[in-house]
Amino acid sequence: MNPAPALRSLSVAMFRGFVRDRAALFFSLLFPVLFLVLFGALYNNSGTPQITVIEIGRVGVIDHAMAASHGRLGQVLTITHEASLAGALSNVRQGNADAAIRQQGDRLVVSYSVSDPTTAAVVRQIFASIVDQANVAATGHPPTYQLTDSQVESASLKPIQYITPGLLGWAIASGGAFAAATTLVGWRQNKLLRRLRLAPVRTSSIVTARIAVSVVIGIAQMFVFIGIASLPYFGLRLTAYWWMAIPVVVVGTLAFMSIGLLVGAVAKTQQAATGLANLIILPMAFLGGAFIPLAFAPQWLREVSYVMPLRYLVVGMQDVMARGDGPASVLPAIGILLAITCVLTAIAVRLFRWEEV
Amino acid sequence: MPVIRVEDIRKSYGDVRAVDGVSFEVAEGEFFGILGPNGAGKTTTLEIVEGLREPDSGEVSILGRRPWPRNQELLTRIGVQLQASSFFERLTAREQLRTFASLYGVPASRADEMLETVGLTESAATRTEKLSGGQAQRLSIACSLVHSPDVLFLDEPTGALDPQARRNLWDLLRSNAAQGRTVVLTTHHMEEAEALCQRVAIMDHGRILQTGPPAALVRELDQSVRISIESGTLSAEQARALADGAAVADDGVSLSFTTTAPAALLAALSDRNALAGLQVRGATLEDVFLHLTGREYRS
Ligand SMILES: Nc1ncnc2c1ncn2[C@@H]1O[C@H](COP(=O)(O)OP(=O)(O)OP(=O)(O)O)[C@@H](O)[C@H]1O
Ligand SMILES: [Mg+2]
Repeated sequence: MNPAPALRSLSVAMFRGFVRDRAALFFSLLFPVLFLVLFGALYNNSGTPQITVIEIGRVGVIDHAMAASHGRLGQVLTITHEASLAGALSNVRQGNADAAIRQQGDRLVVSYSVSDPTTAAVVRQIFASIVDQANVAATGHPPTYQLTDSQVESASLKPIQYITPGLLGWAIASGGAFAAATTLVGWRQNKLLRRLRLAPVRTSSIVTARIAVSVVIGIAQMFVFIGIASLPYFGLRLTAYWWMAIPVVVVGTLAFMSIGLLVGAVAKTQQAATGLANLIILPMAFLGGAFIPLAFAPQWLREVSYVMPLRYLVVGMQDVMARGDGPASVLPAIGILLAITCVLTAIAVRLFRWEEV
Repeated sequence: MPVIRVEDIRKSYGDVRAVDGVSFEVAEGEFFGILGPNGAGKTTTLEIVEGLREPDSGEVSILGRRPWPRNQELLTRIGVQLQASSFFERLTAREQLRTFASLYGVPASRADEMLETVGLTESAATRTEKLSGGQAQRLSIACSLVHSPDVLFLDEPTGALDPQARRNLWDLLRSNAAQGRTVVLTTHHMEEAEALCQRVAIMDHGRILQTGPPAALVRELDQSVRISIESGTLSAEQARALADGAAVADDGVSLSFTTTAPAALLAALSDRNALAGLQVRGATLEDVFLHLTGREYRS
């Protein structure tokens, strides 16, 4: 018999079953999006720390530097004014400002609190370089060496560039794993698997339908994520080969569905399947770079991440969506995800049971 | 040439011999029943015949083909209703039936007709989880009939239904059976077997005890009559002494004798003034079961 109509109607039945399941919809679609909005808002504007400095009286060097930097210094420095030294120092002590600065003849005196050592270091650095530049300018010669900085990544790597592929990876991983596990266990529990076995439908049609539905959901998730993260408020900038993330999403879905199949093969109830899938996916989200960007992670975490399937999904998407790498850069990730799929599916097939014992 | 031929099938689960040497044949267009109490092995037998399980030994053929291993071509010609109804989650009755129809390459219009046949048109848009037990069973039967199979297997189709819903379903099954289909049904309701089946196999402990048309099985009991009185009126020994070879059973409510010599027994009971709660009636399939197993039938 022609398998196409059966394939189509099985896919439609599964898709309907999915969109009518409020809890599944919430956890696999809305929940990750909420995370994206939350993380995105949390890390918004945290790219460069803003430093507030109180200028006591007039400090010519600073005013000059601010004017000469064409506003670039203003991105990191906010200058407020205060007449009295005592009032300014008290403000710094209370944390209302990061430093107070005054000029005593040729000396520039910076007062800062060491309660936040990072900010203190940044403050010292900034003023040291301002003074250096002023000194060079005072000699009347052009500076011998000049520092031109350019970022390795083509776009500015704001946190949203990491957060979007990271959380998307987590969403796709849990979506795929849950879909496969709960379908398998649910259909075994309600005997539908046995009923389908007595219908002239190929096992491959059932599996293909399930995969097709999950892949479609995964790609939909991707576009929802990109859509939200690209809003001006979050400011995601997709890089040239972002569409190469689509094949990564597809193989990522396959890989995590195979994890779900394995879970579904051993779990007896849907609750157990959900619990077990969570137990696997959630730690992996932390260790595989979904929640904690690997670029900022400690060394041990980066090493551990290599054994996490999620790493390849997340990093693969990051490379082409946010870092501007070429289309071929995702091939290793795709290969590894496919290999994981093959191995886990083979194991799941061996453990597969048509019915509860 | 029988449509279904089952030869000495056996299936054990550990120490439990679920099916212990079962053989029967079903002719074309016949309505055949397998009757037995819980755990008799009805479902296991049916599932082996359908091709859902592999027997430890024995042979099965349906329409001249072996159901095991899975035979796609045969599957298009048989319809099955499993003991537990099995539906796609969160689909409406109509969607459910259309999905099953498409698995058999049957158009949606035929599915909608089938929905009408089983009287579910009004519940077409109801999710299967919300259907009543009787409606769910009807839908389940519709799913097994949608592709007009030659052979239909029904495992306890009226399992958990109230008497009214059961009778409605009987009407449905009778009209469907009238279409010349071969039907195999399992049940633990004597009444159901008597009402529906042209021939029944009485099954217990994995074996078929006797096979035949319900009326003939009852007749073979040699016009035995069932006499029951209140339980406790007589002690077990007294009862056995009185019975004089007739089968005796005490279910805690009534003490029953199944005998071919009712006059003598009634006289003896009357002599002992043990006629409290007396009931006398002709034999039914229950008595056949009692006669065959020596114990009361409990469904
Ligand atoms: N999968 C199984 N594993 C172990 N034992 C089983 C299995 N299936 C059935 N049995 C046992 O085999 C015996 C026959 O079971 P079966 O389900 O065939 O009975 P049944 O006549 O259909 O009973 P019911 O009227 O309750 O449906 C029972 O003792 C049952 O416990
Ligand atoms: Mg049964």
